[in-house]
Amino acid sequence: MEDVVNAVVLVTNFLVVPATAYGCQLALGALGVTLVYGVLRFSNFAHGEIMAFGAMVTILVTWLLQSWGVGFGPLPTALLALPAGMAVTAGLCLLMDRWVFRFYRRSKAPPVMLLVVSVGLMFVINGLIRFVIGPADRVFTDGTRFLLTVREFKALTGLSEGLAIKTTQTLSVVVAVVLVAALFWFLERTRTGKSMRAFSDNEDLALLSGVSPEKVVAVTWLIVGALAAVAGTLYGLDKSFKPFTFLSLLLPIFAAAIVGGLGNPLGAIVGGFVVAFSEVFLTYPYRKFLAYLGPEDWRPDGLVQFLSTDYKFAVSFVILVVVLLVKPTGVFSGKSS
Amino acid sequence: MKKLIPVILFVFVSMYATAALGADVKLGVVFGYTGPIESLTPQMAAGAELAMKEVSDSGALLGGAKVVSVRADSTCGDSAAGSAATERIVTSDKVNAIVGGDCSGVTTAMLKNVAKPNGIVMISPSATSPSLSTVEDDGLFFRTAPSDARQGAIIADILKEMGVKEAALTYTNNDYGKGLADSIAANVKKGGGKITISAPHEDGKGDYSAEVAALAAAGGDILIVAGYADQGGKGIIQGALDTGAFDKFYLPDGMISDSLVKAIGKGLEGAIGAHPGTDSPGTAKLGEIAKAANVKSDSPFVPESYDAAALIMLAMQAAKSAESGKLKDKVMMVANAPGEKIYPGELAKGLEILAGGGDVDYVGASAVELIGPGESAGNYRQIVVKGGKITTVKYR
Repeated sequence: MEDVVNAVVLVTNFLVVPATAYGCQLALGALGVTLVYGVLRFSNFAHGEIMAFGAMVTILVTWLLQSWGVGFGPLPTALLALPAGMAVTAGLCLLMDRWVFRFYRRSKAPPVMLLVVSVGLMFVINGLIRFVIGPADRVFTDGTRFLLTVREFKALTGLSEGLAIKTTQTLSVVVAVVLVAALFWFLERTRTGKSMRAFSDNEDLALLSGVSPEKVVAVTWLIVGALAAVAGTLYGLDKSFKPFTFLSLLLPIFAAAIVGGLGNPLGAIVGGFVVAFSEVFLTYPYRKFLAYLGPEDWRPDGLVQFLSTDYKFAVSFVILVVVLLVKPTGVFSGKSS
Repeated sequence: MKKLIPVILFVFVSMYATAALGADVKLGVVFGYTGPIESLTPQMAAGAELAMKEVSDSGALLGGAKVVSVRADSTCGDSAAGSAATERIVTSDKVNAIVGGDCSGVTTAMLKNVAKPNGIVMISPSATSPSLSTVEDDGLFFRTAPSDARQGAIIADILKEMGVKEAALTYTNNDYGKGLADSIAANVKKGGGKITISAPHEDGKGDYSAEVAALAAAGGDILIVAGYADQGGKGIIQGALDTGAFDKFYLPDGMISDSLVKAIGKGLEGAIGAHPGTDSPGTAKLGEIAKAANVKSDSPFVPESYDAAALIMLAMQAAKSAESGKLKDKVMMVANAPGEKIYPGELAKGLEILAGGGDVDYVGASAVELIGPGESAGNYRQIVVKGGKITTVKYR
């Protein structure tokens, strides 16, 4: 019996806990992408950099707070700075729309053109971030690092496998759940949310019913900016902030949004978890896990690994290709990409 | 337009004239000022430029030539960008020879694409891949760093002395990482130990939970991280500590950096490693000069960088020419016995001996002894992280 518990703890520690936190971070990113696609009808490639921008603003405010001696007890100070980061990033999104996207929207440019424009903006924001904070790695986590350490867990349970839960992992989950709940409440219950959904479903019909397009677009960008800042900050807190990594984060985020169905918020969340869990579960060697479950002499000699970790990023690609081939509208039937 | 032509002609002619008149020697210093080892390269370049300044100030090189440093960014990781930057300083700045590159993959590309076609000598202080020992170089490529074939043997010895039987190994997925990992695996196996897993990791990602999970599942007494201090190597160590997968680490040369010790903190306490280094009197002498110039001579590859630049300039003096085609045959001669031993700070003395037709044996800061195809025989400094500092255990 103890062996079974050990096996479960092993998988929880190395796979379930990190994948859940990673999945939450991806889901928040994918939500932003999917909202832009749903309402504005183009794939926003600048989203990864918007996340990095949000994290950067949060870091700068965190440093300011720390220099004033303000802390947040066991929680990271960055959490206090987060509202400022969300506000500034939302402002950046509005400016981007006012200066760039609105021009193309008014001239009824095809989605592909908007996509290319967003790639251009991606490079601009990327450069801006390097100017302001530089390309170096920043660690800005403070407060208590662990909720539960391996040593504490082992002493508590007497098991031979340990379990560690980081504060930042718990934060990722809690913040993601709160934000997603708030977003769905907004989309389902409020007048502005309903007009956003109406605009997304059928633009002409919504306009005829008196929905103001400029207001819908502005609200969308506000939400997207705020979500991106949260996603970027959580990712930076849990790992570390390095501007370069957000570019490579774009692939799993888009994979998540497309798997769930572009334009479908619920799908984006499910997609985030599908991508995160398949990345770790497909590359994990199950040798130790099987050794706990089977009899002593069953212990496998090899590593029992489906894919080498080299192929971790190929997993996102494969999921993307399979979904586009089999069900182009995604699992939750979003818009066809 | 007609009036303009003489002006343009004049400008061209005067430019050409200044280029011909200035007897300055230009040395390219091609390191990755951006990229995976960007925290090490400023010190390395400063080390090389220290030697250039010393020679310029002495006025002893080729009848008083000044040595000018031309920096170019190899990026360490991007072979195309590194080759393009090198091409630029070779064809437009017309450097006489190159100190660099830094990382093995990009160094190989620079050699094949630029140095060999243009006949330019390259001396790398830090490219350690075993594959560079056998690369076709027309006698143009040297390195003051030892091959990783040697580092693999050193690592196996250290682990054996510490009684480590099983070790997990992860490496950065490039020429350097793969070469070193193969060498470690072969040597550990030869010594009767076991490498439980040899898994690559990609640099420049944020999330390494899958890699850490795989390493943990394979298990071992210690985790060998053959990566870069500012890149994936750091992410792997952080992940391994967080999940309790490993608490002991072995750090090869690319991982030994103050920035890593600072970033990881307490968890890195007791980590061991080795990087090229020596306790020869040359190191201390470089330390004195470097301190005066505000350069950190104990940062990895700084002595090797100083030596690479010094070797090029001594070879120029021996060949009585700043041309790569002539100096390449003199590098081995000035680096090895017989001759008067030359230490850092004594470059002027070496240049004068050579000018008088004598012979020198450049020892330098890293006890240079070039073997085989022109690479360092290899001295290593074994370290342990103690009290938040990288401290020397011994030299081997």
